[in-house]
Amino acid sequence: MRLDLSHIQRWIAPDSRVLDLGCGDGVFLEFLRDQRQVRGTGLEIDQAYITSAIARGLNVVEQNMDEGLSNFPDHSFDTVVLALALQAVNYPDRVLEEMLRIGREGIVTFPNFGHWRCRLMLGMRGHMPVSSFMPHTWYNTPNIHFCTVNDFEDLCRDKGIRILARNMVGNISRPPMLARRWPNLFATTAIYRITR
Amino acid sequence: MVNESINTSHSVGIVTPQVAYFDEPLHLTCGRDLPRYELVYETYGELNPQRSNGVLICHALSGNHHAAGYHSADDKKAGWWDECIGPGKPIDTNHFFVVSLNNLGGCHGSTGPTAINPTTGKLWGPDFPPMRTTDWVHSQAKLADYLGIDCWAAVVGGSLGGMQAMRWSLEFPERIRHCIVIAAALKLSAQNLAFNEVARQAIQSDPHFFGGTYQDQDQVPTRGLALARMIGHITYLSDDAMANKFGRDLRSGSLARGDTADAEFQVQTYLRYQGSQFSGNFDANTYILMTHALDYFDLALQYDNDPVAAFRHAQCSFFVVSFSTDWRFSPVRSREIVNALIAAERPVSYTEIEANEGHDAFLMPIARYLDVFRAYMQRVAEIN
Repeated sequence: MRLDLSHIQRWIAPDSRVLDLGCGDGVFLEFLRDQRQVRGTGLEIDQAYITSAIARGLNVVEQNMDEGLSNFPDHSFDTVVLALALQAVNYPDRVLEEMLRIGREGIVTFPNFGHWRCRLMLGMRGHMPVSSFMPHTWYNTPNIHFCTVNDFEDLCRDKGIRILARNMVGNISRPPMLARRWPNLFATTAIYRITR
Repeated sequence: MVNESINTSHSVGIVTPQVAYFDEPLHLTCGRDLPRYELVYETYGELNPQRSNGVLICHALSGNHHAAGYHSADDKKAGWWDECIGPGKPIDTNHFFVVSLNNLGGCHGSTGPTAINPTTGKLWGPDFPPMRTTDWVHSQAKLADYLGIDCWAAVVGGSLGGMQAMRWSLEFPERIRHCIVIAAALKLSAQNLAFNEVARQAIQSDPHFFGGTYQDQDQVPTRGLALARMIGHITYLSDDAMANKFGRDLRSGSLARGDTADAEFQVQTYLRYQGSQFSGNFDANTYILMTHALDYFDLALQYDNDPVAAFRHAQCSFFVVSFSTDWRFSPVRSREIVNALIAAERPVSYTEIEANEGHDAFLMPIARYLDVFRAYMQRVAEIN
């Protein structure tokens, strides 16, 4: 399982209802269903992913988050997950607000643009960062709203969103405490559990 | 000349229609009773010992019971949904016992305007009672009883068939595990109603219609029927599909200067052919009855016009499919179904298939459509 997903699965209660925004091929919802008896729904726009997720027996709705989530009633899910998709939506702030209207809690993971490698590439070499983790060049990337750990926490403060827990994933080859001690510099992926 | 495709491993092969007779009267939505009736149907695949693998196919406006396979060794044309029903196809007859019937009021063997009214001993004709999808669903439930099927693994339909599938989920929630709704809507739009009215007017203004009693006069309103079909056909295709298929190609004549003869476009020839084929095979009163049933369908009407309240009565899982260029029942209409199901907190999957073929796409072998349909049906099969 992808590293950020293995971190967040612990925050999802057994037998709860989960909405996964950008569920991909449904492997995470399948895990939650089989291991946690979670009743999940996925949102996805990629047609091949939708077919895979349906083949796993999941409920998947083809819907573009950028066109809103108003069709989901208030508090209709326990947890709404947005894994590595915050940076790819048109209005990240609105999606966060919608997540916490639809769910009691939200879980957000995103690539940290404040990571020292990003800073190095931009600061020293004067180029937009490209790495194995963020492999796209600036003109063909689906990621249109990069932020740093600090930026995200500022936004939460402005929006009155409470951070219940956070977890930082660093480079595998480095000690994990670096990412935890100085997340804005050493975390490659930031993971947040949020609520109102 | 034997049709070779009958014996391929993906065809259900040669099928024989069967007839179920019902002597108990059917109470209809219009308040009248149908004293007794027959339903003609076909089945494909085997019913399992638990009787849990039944799949009901509901047909659309001009459909019938012959959904898959062939009627004889030299039959050239397979059933109307042969792309989706058969061994290894999305509705896999290796797993499912598929039941496909001709609805009441039809003209392919089930009791309808071309049958004898037992009370008068004469043809029903225009006196055949009006049908609603609810009536069809109740008659289909009688057929399920007759076949010993307490609960369908799935009820499946495209277009008007999808409306019947949705109605099933509300009328008999405990008798359906999955509801598959393809290219349908919660109700018709004004534009849809308008097209149906033009089609009926075409038939009713044919001098051979005789107020619907044309059978007594030994006449058939073929021109009206053909025109009705031509109008319908235009709405089933997309602008792109027509452009790809015909463009401005000429069948005869030319558009050159000095050419006085009329030129005929390919699309004209095609529509005329479709119209004349249809008018030879379809009953005018049935066409009027079916379009009325389509017009009057409004899933939420009896639930205070609230589709969310309506769907709260359902207990099954739903799979909703739409096609990008379908303007008869556009993706927006399918989204209304999906959003009502989401608001009613019912399990639902939805996808919009990118397809050029318009409303007719639901009958076509579009790879991505067949893949996702197959994926869903496999999960239906898994818990038989």
